[in-house]
Amino acid sequence: MIKPHRTHALWFAYILHRLSGLGLAVFLPVHFYVLSLALTKPAELDSFLHWAEMPAVKLAEFGLVFLLAVHIFGGLRLMALEWLPWSPNQKTLAASAVAGAFLLSTTFFLQAI
Amino acid sequence: MSFTQNIMDVSIWRGDAQAGAFAHFEVPAQKSQTILDVVAWIQQHQDPTLSYRYACRVGMCGSCAMMVNGVPRWTCRTHVEKVLEGNKLEVAPLRNLPVIKDLVTDMDSFFDKWIAAEGRHHPTASRLDPIAAISPESAGRVKANAGIECINCSVCYAACDTVASNPDYLGPAALQRAWTVYNDAKDADKQAVLDAVSGVGGCHNCHTQGSCTAHCPNDLDPMTAIAGLKRVSAASFFKRRKARA
Repeated sequence: MIKPHRTHALWFAYILHRLSGLGLAVFLPVHFYVLSLALTKPAELDSFLHWAEMPAVKLAEFGLVFLLAVHIFGGLRLMALEWLPWSPNQKTLAASAVAGAFLLSTTFFLQAI
Repeated sequence: MSFTQNIMDVSIWRGDAQAGAFAHFEVPAQKSQTILDVVAWIQQHQDPTLSYRYACRVGMCGSCAMMVNGVPRWTCRTHVEKVLEGNKLEVAPLRNLPVIKDLVTDMDSFFDKWIAAEGRHHPTASRLDPIAAISPESAGRVKANAGIECINCSVCYAACDTVASNPDYLGPAALQRAWTVYNDAKDADKQAVLDAVSGVGGCHNCHTQGSCTAHCPNDLDPMTAIAGLKRVSAASFFKRRKARA
């Protein structure tokens, strides 16, 4: 259970950033190993790619994209928080503008593909 | 049953630096009752050996902070109605500080770090000099003003997980004080402040979890003050490297 002194938005943003970072740190060595199979063992790579076509693995890839997105925005948030001497209102406005732009551009992108 | 007849189940931590446990008390609820009222009622009516610390009762002295249901709070300004969980209250000594007895902590380490962070005035003039005029609207004064209402209650220190995991870390209150001194136009030794806050236990240990800002009873923002120190100490580091090159 999360301790009571941690139940606030700033801590949740911190833990989301930390856990997504750990998740990506676990994923990346596996990712590079699989990529290296293209040079060392092409047959194994092909069988792996065949396995990766399974719906469950496809679904897991959404999780991976989620981790990456969360971690990118967590990092941008942290840099803005620590390096931009903005007032809290300015930060809220800037974050809302980025979120709005992301929503709009993603909607157009999904329409396009 | 009206609110005034309700009996609350209150757990109070009893013990010393070596060992302790929660003791249970039944306390009658009253209107506009604070956590400090509850603790005082127990000491006056049920157990006169209970130790706790308080002075002003109006949120100015910063001596009555305790953990209430796991959250650090100033108990004299915390109403029972706002924090009661299913008729239960749990009151414990502040986190991250050694316990002396019951609800009383040894705050020496908290104040020693205040000194270690150079949170003290380095004068630019003597009392014989005229008083320098500082505009309240000047950028430095606005930044300095943001932290001056700190009452040294140690709520932020108790809320901070970085303090919990790193005993050398100066903590939010001391660093916020250093940021205030750094932005004071009348302070003569800003480099001493930067040196003090950028060492082993300094501002760069902060993980920006924000519990200090979330729990500060005076609505201050130590997290932003620490971010300010990170900026100026990093900028000073690169400037000095450039100067050496």
